[in-house]
Amino acid sequence: MHKTPLNHIHKQLGAKMVDFAGWEMPVLYSSILEEHRYTRSDCTLFDISHMGRLTITGGQASQLLERTCTRALGEAQVGRSYYSHICNEAGGILDDVIVSRYETHWGVVCNASNREKIVAWLNRYAADYDAQIKDTTFDTAMLAIQGPATLDLADKVLPLPVGDLKRYGFTSGKYVGMAYTVFRSGYTGEDGLEVIMPAGAVAMAWQFMVDGAKNVGAEIKPAGLGARDTLRLEAAMPLYGHELTEEIDSISAGHRWCIDLTKDFIGAKAMRAVDEQGPERTLVGLRLAGKRAARQGQAILDASGRAVGTITSGSFSPTLETPIALGYVEPAVDEPGTALQVDIRGTHAEAQVVPLPFYKREQP
Amino acid sequence: MSIPDSCRMSQTHEWHLAEGNLVTVGITQHAADELTDITYVDLPEVGSRVEPSVAFGEIESVKATSELYTAVAGTITEVNSALADRPELVNTDPFGEGWMIKVSVDDLSPLSDLMNPAAYALMIAG
Repeated sequence: MHKTPLNHIHKQLGAKMVDFAGWEMPVLYSSILEEHRYTRSDCTLFDISHMGRLTITGGQASQLLERTCTRALGEAQVGRSYYSHICNEAGGILDDVIVSRYETHWGVVCNASNREKIVAWLNRYAADYDAQIKDTTFDTAMLAIQGPATLDLADKVLPLPVGDLKRYGFTSGKYVGMAYTVFRSGYTGEDGLEVIMPAGAVAMAWQFMVDGAKNVGAEIKPAGLGARDTLRLEAAMPLYGHELTEEIDSISAGHRWCIDLTKDFIGAKAMRAVDEQGPERTLVGLRLAGKRAARQGQAILDASGRAVGTITSGSFSPTLETPIALGYVEPAVDEPGTALQVDIRGTHAEAQVVPLPFYKREQP
Repeated sequence: MSIPDSCRMSQTHEWHLAEGNLVTVGITQHAADELTDITYVDLPEVGSRVEPSVAFGEIESVKATSELYTAVAGTITEVNSALADRPELVNTDPFGEGWMIKVSVDDLSPLSDLMNPAAYALMIAG
């Protein structure tokens, strides 16, 4: 298993470690419920160094990205990040990524589980362009600081100019000789920041933030992948391997908004056909009765017991205090309010289609 | 947390406490910690039969669901109804308020094959 530069800190903090995509990562420090709630109420710190970080350089870097990404990037501004899918010729999703436009190059952050696949994919097409891919994952580290208290704390504690950052904006700089980039983004449904820095600097940065918060009378708590999953589920953010796979196209996955069907990206032709005919299945949110959680792979049934779909993710929602789930169903039953059932290991649990997201933070 | 001396543990982390031929069953702190925050415990009805190798219920946490087993055969005389509203008792007090079922057992001999606290501590350490 790979280890992030924070591995020893997680262990010192008593984190329960698991193998995630070949990386030894903390799933929790105290409790998933506590870490989840503290993210919604205050501020938590996540080690997300396992995620793939790529740098694209060259005179035709933007053309390469326009060709491989679903998102319209022609008007991409320097200092802004864009969520996109990367698909194969059949329109199947290879990964969901964040593409960032810097002054001199582009950055791509991809899922840990897809890093090698995406590097190989981009390299294959980079041969057609004046573009070079560099995998900087092992030279760098990444932290996520998430929660309503984040921006205020960052202002007080971090030597980074985040005050004017817009959502999905980013800024780069140097602090005591260390180059960093801070993004106003996240995977929790809360306001927050994500920071990329050299691998050798992250342990110090982690401690600096935790101590800095204490000095101003606040507390940043560590949170693990367990809470990261329950948080993103409440915010209805997709997880690769669950809502997004190579067997699903971006339109059926409910992500038409990040696709530019007018441009010629890999998978565009197949995607246009889905757009014309309408998807055969749609992604819905379910709220379950009772207390049992639905899990990936379980069957979704209509009121009469006929199979109409499959669960992609499910968990108990700490914020809503009820089980919630995402799943694909026949479009005929995708209207919010539709009564469905989930086959949970032989027992049929009542479920209702609800609008997404399950949770939305109050906008200031 | 130390396990009460008279508890006997199965390989699947259920503890058994015999008082005469009435055996109380629950799961250990180690098992509860592995599951993390418990959100639901599915227990059978009073009067049902239980036997080894047949799951008597299920325990669900934020992360996963596990089956529950007993090492003894018998009839359920009592079920901990507090767990319906407060499944977290299994995390906070697994040997006390987090007990799950009480079984009226004919043959207590399977309990002698289970681990005492010292043997169990070795198993989870190893």
